[in-house]
Amino acid sequence: MANSSSAGRFRTAISRARGLGASHHGVGHFITERVSGLALIPLALWGVFAGLRLAGIGYDGAIEWVSIPLNTVLLCLLLVVALIHLKGAIQLVIEDYIQGFVIKSVLVIGNLFLCVLGGAVGVVAILKVAFTGAF
Amino acid sequence: MVQLTLPKNSTVQSGKTWPAPAGAKNTRSFKVYRYDPEDGRNPRWDTYEVDLDACGPMVLDALLYIKNSIDPTLAFRRSCREGVCGSCAMNIGGRNTLACTHGHADTPGKAVQISPLPSQPVVKDLIPDLTLFYAQYASIEPWLHTVTPEPQAEWRQSPEDRAKLDGLYECILCACCSTSCPSYWWNGDKYLGPATLLHAYRWLIDSRDEATGDRLDDLEDPFKLYRCHTIMNCAQVCPKGLNPAKAIAEIKKMLVERVV
Repeated sequence: MANSSSAGRFRTAISRARGLGASHHGVGHFITERVSGLALIPLALWGVFAGLRLAGIGYDGAIEWVSIPLNTVLLCLLLVVALIHLKGAIQLVIEDYIQGFVIKSVLVIGNLFLCVLGGAVGVVAILKVAFTGAF
Repeated sequence: MVQLTLPKNSTVQSGKTWPAPAGAKNTRSFKVYRYDPEDGRNPRWDTYEVDLDACGPMVLDALLYIKNSIDPTLAFRRSCREGVCGSCAMNIGGRNTLACTHGHADTPGKAVQISPLPSQPVVKDLIPDLTLFYAQYASIEPWLHTVTPEPQAEWRQSPEDRAKLDGLYECILCACCSTSCPSYWWNGDKYLGPATLLHAYRWLIDSRDEATGDRLDDLEDPFKLYRCHTIMNCAQVCPKGLNPAKAIAEIKKMLVERVV
């Protein structure tokens, strides 16, 4: 068995170029990033206006505002779509700049877990406020 | 993490200064990257004072002047001296281009700084090792794939379909684009790079080719294709004025088309 320092030393250039071949996925990630980006344009604009409005109506006013069904739905959508987009974007950065199978895999999975956790906690919080009127 | 600094044995040090020949009145400094794997030393910047009245207007003319009249040990590739072969691709004044079509008067700054194409191993001086780059090009099988029995004469193509290859077939594989791409710097072992993907698209849209689906299958990969983030350095530096970023965007569009 070759020692690790000489592993791959005599591989031909075409063998290195072909590598492990194509994984036959990637287009789904590409579409998700573009579609979520598109959806975020109106949602983020609404979010900015909503934030400005919430700033001046106090705690009780804010609870009442979140309880309005349209606002509840749009808040949940903004959070989920933003996290889907964020998850894809962070994954791209990890794939670009982090090398090494183990560390890269850990970071990609960690990113997924954090985004899913953030989404779950956020949606539950919004629904709790909307349905119970208290945080 | 990706390597953001050069390893110690690749750090470029200051080198020798070669004075202008006696009697030269119109001179300019050329700061040239020198590396010889056989002397065991780090790379260095040598500065040559070139007599501009004794050499032509292009950077390649100045390099030939240096080699012929000042320092015959300087190594670089060149062949056609008219922007057709792509051999003399190098980094001039911080920008990848062809030495034969780039005028030294067009390079800003006091000295003309010349180094090999970035991110590739250096064989000697201004000669990069492009073995993997060429292998990546070969990996897309850049020839016509057909299963239909070959016609008696040539494979026929309409003028409209032929026109689709304009802006693609002109690529001379000089590697200026791929080696200017940060995505290729970080993941050049997996990402095919702009030049190879431009050629891949050239075969994808060739109306005579019968393997479009197989070719798309071989490209659909987060690293082979999707490392392109539309940075556009490739289009900016291409000495032939081509736009590899647009070709890559078209490949991505074809992949979307087949699932939507």
